[in-house]
Amino acid sequence: MIVEVRDLTVRYGAATALDGVTLSVAAGELVALIGPNGAGKSTLVNALCGIRRPASGRIDVRGRLALVPEGRHLFPSLSVDDNLRLGAWRRRERDTAHIYALLPELTPLRDRPAGRLSGGEQQMVALGRALMSRPDLLVIDEMSLGLAPKIVGSLVAHLRQRNAEDGLAVLLIEQNARLALELCTRAYVLEAGRVVAEGPAAALAGSPEIAAAYLGLEA
Amino acid sequence: MAELVQYLITGVGVGCAYALLGSGLVVIYRVTRVVNFAQGAVAVLAALTVTTLLAAGLPHGLAEGLGVLLAGAAGLLTGLVATGKPGTTPQAALIVTLGLGVLAYAVEILFWGDQPRSFPGLPGATAGVQTHYLLIASVTALVLAATAVLFARTDLGRALTATAEDPYAARIVGIDVARMGLLAFTVGGALGGLAGVLITPVQQVTFDSDVALVVNGFSAAILGNLTRPGLTLAGGLLLGVVQALAGGYWNTSYQTEVALIFMLVVLVVRAGRLSSVETA
Ligand SMILES: Nc1ncnc2c1ncn2[C@@H]1O[C@H](COP(=O)(O)OP(=O)(O)O)[C@@H](O)[C@H]1O
Ligand SMILES: [Mg+2]
Repeated sequence: MIVEVRDLTVRYGAATALDGVTLSVAAGELVALIGPNGAGKSTLVNALCGIRRPASGRIDVRGRLALVPEGRHLFPSLSVDDNLRLGAWRRRERDTAHIYALLPELTPLRDRPAGRLSGGEQQMVALGRALMSRPDLLVIDEMSLGLAPKIVGSLVAHLRQRNAEDGLAVLLIEQNARLALELCTRAYVLEAGRVVAEGPAAALAGSPEIAAAYLGLEA
Repeated sequence: MAELVQYLITGVGVGCAYALLGSGLVVIYRVTRVVNFAQGAVAVLAALTVTTLLAAGLPHGLAEGLGVLLAGAAGLLTGLVATGKPGTTPQAALIVTLGLGVLAYAVEILFWGDQPRSFPGLPGATAGVQTHYLLIASVTALVLAATAVLFARTDLGRALTATAEDPYAARIVGIDVARMGLLAFTVGGALGGLAGVLITPVQQVTFDSDVALVVNGFSAAILGNLTRPGLTLAGGLLLGVVQALAGGYWNTSYQTEVALIFMLVVLVVRAGRLSSVETA
């Protein structure tokens, strides 16, 4: 396992955002985390990255974890290339050339300030910045939110390729449950801070409750 | 005519000190959103320390260098005290820096008394200009250029900018945001100390010289919204020159006030222009 979360509880003051969540991601695995707004998905992400302190429970991370945060959070005045370099801040090797090889879309944007890019371009930079740390697990929070289908398609293609070629594991947080369940092999459903369903993505996609709640199909 | 030239030279010299001190404020503000009002005290502390080191027989250069290093350390200490507690708001930190500035008075009076002090700068004149003014201008130009290169061309500078723009994202990529803040306080303190050390040979310091220094440095930085180093330099030079002209042709007792009122007018005019552009 790259990540093992056991019985994780996270609170904001008196409000409980995560209530005894248990979740794991194995090396090379593609795992989806779906659930409605306010379910606690981003809270889980921030706890995984060490930004949010848990009230109780355990988080074990073995290997390098990189995050593409909700809202992308690029450094707006810095160029695309400088944003990429900072993705490797903790490493000595900060050469960005391999990212342009992996994500050729970024090559023409290299010297543009990140704040001037379109949403789709920014998401691609955020992905490149995360890959700069050469992670074992990539956590992507709300990957497709607000993006055109074509861009989402190329993001998904990049993820598939990194997974197939480098064994990159992905924890994908998605509003678009259909897309998440298609891409991933396993999934968790989070509601009001609790895991209410988990299992193989195909099985979850076939469950009537999940289909009704997240895939827009009648049960 | 000769008078005017002399006033301009004096003004640029003093203006360089304001610009350096103001740039220190900018560096700190950009990274931490804290206005460090102890910056003037740090400059005075460095200047007074140099008077003692020179009196103790240390050679020029070394004494001034140590003064600037001490100012960097004082800046770091200011940062630790003002922002060390996690969750401190920039407003609360600002008040702490004001308090530290007052505390510095006690320390300075204890060690150096309340009489004005000075030390000799570069002697002589080059092409009719006192050489020390040339030194002030060239050191300022060099140091501000180096600061600009640090921010624009090094990964450390990029990390400082990243911290300023989005502390959350900075943490995500593994930047130690607290450490960047302290680094900014250190660099800012050293810039303030350099201002004090450069200006003292042409303008004596007392324990309370920090007020004029920090108020003028702050005004210079305000011209650049506390974030733009280039405008801060322009603001510092403008303040220094207006002040020297006011003192020379009118009355030295009001020169600081005249310069500040002038800056206020500049800001009001500029704000008016900006808002008319926005509403147009
Ligand atoms: N910084 C915060 N302070 C207080 N409450 C928060 C904060 N962030 C999130 N919450 C609350 O925690 C719950 C989970 O939020 P979040 O993790 O952002 O959900 P999701 O990402 O699934 O939409 C929500 O009720 C939200 O209002
Ligand atoms: Mg979220």
